[in-house]
Amino acid sequence: MAQVNEVKTMKPNKPSTATSIKRLLFDYSVPIMFIVICLIGVYFSKLPAVFIVNTLLTRITRNSFMVLALVLPVIAGLGLNFGLVIGAMAGQFGILIVTHLKIGGFPGFLLCLLLSTPFAVIFGLMTARLLNRTKGQEMISSMIAGFFANGVYQFILLFLVGTLIPIKNPDLVLTRGIGIKNTIDLTTEYGLKYSIDAVFEYPLFYILAGVGAVTCLVVVIDYILKSKNAPEQLDKFKYATRLVISVAILGVSLWVIQSGSLLMSVKLPVATTVMIAMLWAFNVLIMKTKLGQDFRTVGHNLEIAKVSGIDVDKTRTIAMVISTVLAAWGQIIFLQNIGTLSTYGSHVQIATFAIASILLGGASVTKATSGQAILGVILFHTLFIVSPKAGNNLFGDAQIGEFFRAFVSYGVIGVALGLHAWNKRAQALRRQLDV
Amino acid sequence: MNDTLRKFINNIGLPRLIITLMFIGICIAAVVLKLPFGMLASDVIRRFGMFGVLALAMVPSIQCGTGPNFALPIGIICGLLGSLMAIEWGLTSKALGYGFVSAILISLPLAVLTGWVYGLLLNKIKGSEMLVATYTGFSIVSFMQIGWVTLPFKHPEMIWPIGKGLRVTVSLDSTFGEILNRFWGFKIGSVYIPTGLLLFFFGCCLLVWLFSRSKSGIEMYTAGANPKFAAASGIDVDKNRVLGTIISTIIGAVGIIVYSLSFGYLQLYLAPLNMAFPAVAAVLIGGASTSKVKISHVLIGTFLFQGLLTIAVPVANQMFPEGNLSEVLRQIVQNGIILYALTKVGREA
Repeated sequence: MAQVNEVKTMKPNKPSTATSIKRLLFDYSVPIMFIVICLIGVYFSKLPAVFIVNTLLTRITRNSFMVLALVLPVIAGLGLNFGLVIGAMAGQFGILIVTHLKIGGFPGFLLCLLLSTPFAVIFGLMTARLLNRTKGQEMISSMIAGFFANGVYQFILLFLVGTLIPIKNPDLVLTRGIGIKNTIDLTTEYGLKYSIDAVFEYPLFYILAGVGAVTCLVVVIDYILKSKNAPEQLDKFKYATRLVISVAILGVSLWVIQSGSLLMSVKLPVATTVMIAMLWAFNVLIMKTKLGQDFRTVGHNLEIAKVSGIDVDKTRTIAMVISTVLAAWGQIIFLQNIGTLSTYGSHVQIATFAIASILLGGASVTKATSGQAILGVILFHTLFIVSPKAGNNLFGDAQIGEFFRAFVSYGVIGVALGLHAWNKRAQALRRQLDV
Repeated sequence: MNDTLRKFINNIGLPRLIITLMFIGICIAAVVLKLPFGMLASDVIRRFGMFGVLALAMVPSIQCGTGPNFALPIGIICGLLGSLMAIEWGLTSKALGYGFVSAILISLPLAVLTGWVYGLLLNKIKGSEMLVATYTGFSIVSFMQIGWVTLPFKHPEMIWPIGKGLRVTVSLDSTFGEILNRFWGFKIGSVYIPTGLLLFFFGCCLLVWLFSRSKSGIEMYTAGANPKFAAASGIDVDKNRVLGTIISTIIGAVGIIVYSLSFGYLQLYLAPLNMAFPAVAAVLIGGASTSKVKISHVLIGTFLFQGLLTIAVPVANQMFPEGNLSEVLRQIVQNGIILYALTKVGREA
């Protein structure tokens, strides 16, 4: 005990640069390791930069929304929400209805969001009810709930459509009149393909240059204002990192624009990006409200939350419903980019990939931020793009690269869950010893 | 009247009652649809013996307090490796059961080693066993995908004729395929009884039962049922949890060898990924919970679950010629029962 107190008193009020760097390296050990792996993969894949940037951008815009949906349940103490799968099913119900009604394009997209929401709310309420009955085992429960829901989903779409639910649309229903087709084409005249991506596209590097310049300015102005008001509380290191990153973005994009390389042809789907940015802002802003504080308290300690008068079950339910609705919308964004709905397959792996992404970004079972989500998406999908080619060049077999990325997505989740359980147990033991 | 009914339902357990009713219902449907009884009964018995040992692997892990062994794929991988090595090294003489015995013997040390390491891991993460186990299983299976491509197996029946690595399914026709099924097998009317398979399964059950009666078995049971009491009476709880995990892994390895033997193929790559769930569901349907299990639960559960699924296939095909209704039914029943058991965690005791 004495040692612990000593450490606490020795802790400096103002972090020095050296300790800041150390802490950064420690906190971000997982992302840093995977940044290195990704760079190695990019080097050995020998893929052209245009291809990587282009594919990566597509993948970032289509997957980020889903991964951002994971943040709130983590904060509310529900762990990693494997129930994203259930939300994705709600999204696919929305897509099926819109396809049936033959409303495409941007109006179709909006209608799709609207129609999937009530499904997602109901599914979220049911999942939350289950998770409130299985406190302490939320993650495995949400995972098995996903499998279970998948069975029910298949039952509804394969056997109830055409028998109980009268749909006779030949584009959707199998020729025997019962059951929805395996794949549904969204590229038709009334389809949802690119219904939000194509709303407004603009060359990526112009936007990046703009964003870089603006953030530079903001960081500098913020620093000047803060240093006038309270110079002693300033975390210089934080500002330095931010400045370096934004200058780097600005520099690289200016260089690309200058050189006029093929990279200039890469276009950013602005509307999709705005949606993702809005969700990021939502995740940040909700934490400043009373509800957000409740999420944090409930996530930190159920007992304390109960004593301080928070309705624990209700708070957890709200977090779960929000996450499920966001997952539904995320799935719609994902599928409008892909262009085909694989009725019985599109949603199955969603949760695994999203969770692996956020963990690669440095999140854990109890801590997650939107920044980690986005960083994780970038890393995970870089790995996805380069590993088959890198596997081919390194081992003479593309399969090995593919298996490697499958292993990473399961392995990183396994390691994260193991470490979390280990920590939880170590803490519990320490508490016992203290008492 | 209402009270006695409730007591009766509590005794049997609601899920077991529902599954039994479903089983009876689907049997009636089979009779009404005039499906061939002999073939169905033979299939049910065969699948009962085929899946039984895998479900039995849940018994030691639940008894030692680590919950249902969702990391069954670890044992499965050991069993597959054992079988592959037995075939590769040509240990398939008649004395070695055409490779059956040698496969089990080779996989034993592997299972003991991995079970031991995995048991030590489980001791570090008490309280979250099920989730970590699931992902340990997933990780091992996806890691072994790389293994199946790169391991230096040379036997022409196992590797792709062109290209690299082992085949997705390895036929056991020339080695130990179906040897247990045919051993003393006979027919009653049109029903085929795979005597060897059933005897082997019951033998395994007997061994596990005998172990649970032994001194170390009772110690293990105490360590799982009441860790604090066990520790107070001088039982090393952690050691017993490792022991239970090792035994469960061994049974898993033997289980997959019996399964493959009866199936006729070794299934590699992604096949073992979801194999733990039907086994867990079977013992839960039989009446086990995540902390209590008996051998009878294994027998009843495997019979009900596999029987239901086997008979559901032709019945469903008669009603819906396309679409795999029985597969959908499996998902709903299997995961529904696991969810039900999860809501009961920590509520009994």
